Amino acid sequence: MASAELAVPRAALIPGQGSSARRLIPLRGELRMRDADALWPELSAAVEEIHDGTVTFDLTGVSVMDGGILSLLLHLRAVLAERGARLDLFGANERIAALIELYGGNDRVARLVPKRAEGLVEQVGRATVSVLDEARLVVEFLGQMVVAAVNVARRPRTGNWHDTLPFVEKTGVDALPIVLLINTLVGFVMAFQAAKQLAAYGANIYVADLVGLSVTRELAPLMTAIIVCGRSGAAIAAELGTMKVSEEIDALRIMGFGTVNYLVLPRALALLLVVPVLTLLADIVGIAGGMLVASISLGVSRQAYWNETLIAVHPHDVATGLIKSAAFAMTIALIACQQGFATSGGAEGVGRRATSTVVASLFCIVLIDTLFTVLFRALDV
Amino acid sequence: MIEVLDLTVGWGDTRLLENASFRVARGDVFAILGGSGCGKSTTLRFLTGLEQPLSGSIHIDGVGAPRLVEGRPPFGVMFQHGALFGSMTVVENVALPLREWTRLPPDVVHAMARAKLRLVGLEGAADKLPSELSGGMKKRAAIARAMALEPELLFLDEPSAGLDPVMSAGLDELILTLKRVVGLTVVVVTHELQSIFAIVDQCILLDKETRSIIARGRPSELRESGDPRIHSFFNRTAEAV
Ligand SMILES: Nc1ncnc2c1ncn2[C@@H]1O[C@H](COP(=O)(O)OP(=O)(O)OP(=O)(O)O)[C@@H](O)[C@H]1O
Ligand SMILES: [Mg+2]
Repeated sequence: MASAELAVPRAALIPGQGSSARRLIPLRGELRMRDADALWPELSAAVEEIHDGTVTFDLTGVSVMDGGILSLLLHLRAVLAERGARLDLFGANERIAALIELYGGNDRVARLVPKRAEGLVEQVGRATVSVLDEARLVVEFLGQMVVAAVNVARRPRTGNWHDTLPFVEKTGVDALPIVLLINTLVGFVMAFQAAKQLAAYGANIYVADLVGLSVTRELAPLMTAIIVCGRSGAAIAAELGTMKVSEEIDALRIMGFGTVNYLVLPRALALLLVVPVLTLLADIVGIAGGMLVASISLGVSRQAYWNETLIAVHPHDVATGLIKSAAFAMTIALIACQQGFATSGGAEGVGRRATSTVVASLFCIVLIDTLFTVLFRALDV
Repeated sequence: MIEVLDLTVGWGDTRLLENASFRVARGDVFAILGGSGCGKSTTLRFLTGLEQPLSGSIHIDGVGAPRLVEGRPPFGVMFQHGALFGSMTVVENVALPLREWTRLPPDVVHAMARAKLRLVGLEGAADKLPSELSGGMKKRAAIARAMALEPELLFLDEPSAGLDPVMSAGLDELILTLKRVVGLTVVVVTHELQSIFAIVDQCILLDKETRSIIARGRPSELRESGDPRIHSFFNRTAEAV
């Protein structure tokens, strides 16, 4: 059927009394969803100027109407109700009347309450409050972890030890290749960058000092933590988050398990064991990367480089790096587990928490790194 | 067995049920009925202590107010969607509470878990992971896990949804037998009318609109009710207003 036939016949519109708006709008023909695009502008134009009183759609001439068109009419009615006017449907045949009933077309119109857009200040305020809230939750979670750890330390038999080893493997052994590769490259790049400047002063040998100190004190702990955060932090948050949304964590609680003890401590312990070890290995390959550059492009023999490294890098330099790395490990474990436990809202929620874990952990890692650096400087170690 | 007084149930600011009181007698199969989304699963969360009452009290014989405590659980719970541990096989799932809360050697625990799986017709899938199970199989595995420690009290959230009629009848049979033989008390959420009439002793019907219990008693009596909301539920008719 041609769509011109289906459209509202303007000629048939009867002018309303005492108002410029038309009050009785007859429709006719077969009104189907496929004509909705053409029909909607005409319908809304027909009632555009109506702000009060009642307007009636006369359906006597309509032989067929489907649910799509009916929902257009019902929407129009809600729009009119917003403006303070009423829309009535009149003269529907039996089938259309049944459809109207089915769509709840006879119910009172609920007023649409538009959401007020938030101002910039409110948005910033809400974001700040939610960050503070999250921080408070993380601190609370830390408290729970400490309590659980103390309890396990008192009664080691209650610990979930046999889950720790698989996590050591997952977070440590599996991360080894990428950690070694990246830290070698870091040592390599550092030496390469420094080579030209040092050569200008004839101070080639000091590349060993530069690389050795920056790698052990700063770069190896930081790079390793970043890699572990991206790999294991996100994985832990996603795993625990999935367990949370599928009620597995509730099932554990019902079965009498302490969830922090059972789920969090093995992961935290694994990270605490693994990250410093990875960092130590990263120290070694970082120095090796520097040595490679020095021997190839600076003419420093490997023996000389090694001797210089031993003179420059003291055990306490390595130790400060390892202390940092242990703190990073705890940060990652804390944030990842807390975020996992806080997950709600299905698969989408899991993804959101994995992302926020990485972002929040990286932020905290850099923050803690800064604090430690200042602290170590103040203590002169 | 369970005494609930003026319980209010909800999430955040929404109230799903207000000032509801009911009691579950020892050895009964007690059903919580109601339309989808009216708060049956949520009520179970409160009864099992996963949430604390917004007001009112719950008392369970031998437990007191349900609280989550570390230690051997006082009752078994089957969650609506199973909540099986995805990283463990089916038999390991069932064995977990046994392994944790008994001192039995591993092979005995394993055999007991298998026996529970046989009970729900799932022995063949013992070594599968939950992700390899169908919906109905997950339900049955979850029931087996809930029964692992032989609790006196069992909470089941829609145990027979998604099961074929034969399986469903088998489950009813199982519940009736356990009730008769070991005096099991069961609190069950279910929509299966056949199952309701077959096994349920007492039930309550929740209503979303009024946030209250609109009917209580034996299913066979409620079927004859004059109230259209109750009548339509028990006679499977769309509600005539
Ligand atoms: N985690 C949650 N947070 C907030 N609201 C929730 C949550 N889970 C469920 N609800 C809400 O609580 C109400 C009741 O949910 P519940 O799962 O208890 O229903 P039900 O009676 O078990 O329904 P069904 O028969 O479909 O399982 C629903 O309206 C739902 O939107
Ligand atoms: Mg439910």
